[in-house]
Amino acid sequence: MPGTTEYPVQLIQPDGARVHHPEYQALVADIGPGELRQLYEDLVVTRRIDTEAVALARQGQLGLWAPCQGQEAAQVGSAHALRPDDYVFGSYRESAVAYCRGVPPSAMTAMWRGVSHSAGDPALANMANPAIVVGAQGLHATGYAYAAHLDGAEIATVAYFGDGATSQGDIAEALTFAASWGAPVVFFCQNNHWAISEPVQLQSATPIAQRAIGYGIPAVRVDGNDVLGVLAVTRQAAARARSGGGPSFVEAITYRMGPHTTADDPTRYRTAAETEEWARRDPILRMRLLLEREDLLDDEFRLRVDGRADEVAHRMRTETLTMADPEPSELFAHVYATPHRGLDEQRTEYAAYLADDPSAALATVAPAVREKGVRS
Amino acid sequence: MITTFAAALNAGLRTALEDDPKVVLMGEDIGRLGGVFRVTDALQKDFGEHRVIDTPLAESGIIGTAFGMALRGYRPVCEIQFDGFVYPAFDQIVSQVAKIHNRTRGAVRAPLTIRIPFGGGIGSVEHHSESPEAYFAHTAGLRVVAPSNPADAFTMIRQAIALDDPVIFFEPKRRYWDKAEFDPAAEPDLPLDRARICVRGTDATVVAYGGTVATALAAAKTGAEEGISLEVVDLRSLAPLDVDTVAESVDRTGRLIVVHEAQRTCGIGAEIAARITERCFYRLEAPVLRVAGFDIPYPPAKLEKHHLPDPDRILEAVDRTLAA
Repeated sequence: MPGTTEYPVQLIQPDGARVHHPEYQALVADIGPGELRQLYEDLVVTRRIDTEAVALARQGQLGLWAPCQGQEAAQVGSAHALRPDDYVFGSYRESAVAYCRGVPPSAMTAMWRGVSHSAGDPALANMANPAIVVGAQGLHATGYAYAAHLDGAEIATVAYFGDGATSQGDIAEALTFAASWGAPVVFFCQNNHWAISEPVQLQSATPIAQRAIGYGIPAVRVDGNDVLGVLAVTRQAAARARSGGGPSFVEAITYRMGPHTTADDPTRYRTAAETEEWARRDPILRMRLLLEREDLLDDEFRLRVDGRADEVAHRMRTETLTMADPEPSELFAHVYATPHRGLDEQRTEYAAYLADDPSAALATVAPAVREKGVRS
Repeated sequence: MITTFAAALNAGLRTALEDDPKVVLMGEDIGRLGGVFRVTDALQKDFGEHRVIDTPLAESGIIGTAFGMALRGYRPVCEIQFDGFVYPAFDQIVSQVAKIHNRTRGAVRAPLTIRIPFGGGIGSVEHHSESPEAYFAHTAGLRVVAPSNPADAFTMIRQAIALDDPVIFFEPKRRYWDKAEFDPAAEPDLPLDRARICVRGTDATVVAYGGTVATALAAAKTGAEEGISLEVVDLRSLAPLDVDTVAESVDRTGRLIVVHEAQRTCGIGAEIAARITERCFYRLEAPVLRVAGFDIPYPPAKLEKHHLPDPDRILEAVDRTLAA
């Protein structure tokens, strides 16, 4: 089975030439010039989002950002395989997936700016808020997929995670549950080679996809910097999920070109030669070369894409810089869905403190104490 | 009707399954076996394997997948087989389930009920007799409750399942076979977060929950024979705490003893002592005392009678508080 061994699926070579693979090519047979250009636009726009967010972080406007530079093809290609009614779980690095699903970029920066924890209501884009404890989302996706299956919904649920997360017990448990329940979940591993400073070899002694096979889950390796290859294999896995065929596993072999986050310094743990080698396999460069070969990259289109990227980045910047700080009352908001007397008391106490209202503060203490006064 | 604690829970779960098609039970051995304590007896047979779901043997997996199901509108009721087995699921409970409503600014609810048989007194091996309630009571976003008798077990499990917040539902496993009268048709007499004064008294208040309520009631009975009038409060809810009910009692008795079998340090008793000191400082005739488990790993079965609070230890504390 192609893709399951050391030969990952590839439909575009690094020099932009197509690979003629009958099985996987058939899965993207409908991707004509218009669709290729759309994929290219999304790759460019998501990198622009990324560089703008890194700049915002460097300027102190975001506490942190987790760049996805280098992983755009894995994210854009897989996201294009999904429908709006499919459901996505990811980590904090899935900004390109989020963009393709319609999450406003400023909803992503809000979390890193410290304004809120989430990227908004998950129902708006059928995308759960990001898992920070990596691997946890594999179980959430499995449960969601199983519930969808019980509902008779013909959808795919996708769990995005990295190679580091595959060392977490939760991913192992998710594979077990998905296999034994036949849950229609797509495990999409972006093997970007580095979990902060730890190389993938420290996470797995075998190709990661091979582990899934051990659980009885069909698995495929794909060149993660090849947007068409990723689109093809994810379409296959999503179709299997929607048709009741159970779980699938995709290992997209890619590379995190930037740091883990803006607080990281990758020069401490990897060589410039390695980074340069992967820069030659840049997913956007590859797509540009393909478009050039197929005569789809005229100046007008290029300007339009760049203009679109600038527009999205500009809006993200403006909306980020004008975000209001949350009110102190936000501290207590949404901790519980139903009234909680303990927290209500603390909310009242703190509001009284902020209002410098000793009588309100006294309402929470006993009558005998009230009579004596707080500071008598 | 007269029934056991375990059968009352079973009846409560059955009612919840009947009332709401989105309620599902999940756990290890809960299907054909009916759970190791038979709390889910016959439910899979009657509701099918997609409503009463046997899971692989993985606690984080149980909670994590239940959470995913909740995100799609289900109301999972998870069984953790024994208290000491909940720790592999700790991250999913405290980092994921407890926080999701807050993290999504109210957009997502996680109405999970996590049933945990807890506490000792059944002569079991290690990891089977622990009292981990303080870990969960310390976690924002969770509610933590512990019924002490069949009637409360029946009503509280249904209230927990109906609640839109996650509930850690501690079941005192040594009371599973206690029998009592309850009326399944009766409306709940208390909200889920309210404590109950079980026995009225005038000399001191004894607060307990779960498995130690019966111990406190036994102490009150013996005390009465000796001329000491103890008021017994069953907390029922550990998060939030119904401090009002305890304070109202202490305002009348002037003395307080908190009983639990969990380790004393940083336990529920410490929180109650602090809150009652804030609220009832000028009414207290003596320091708040705690009768608790020791700060030790749960001991082997032949030693547990020394670790678990018994009526004598409670009455010894009563003597100390009355002497103060």
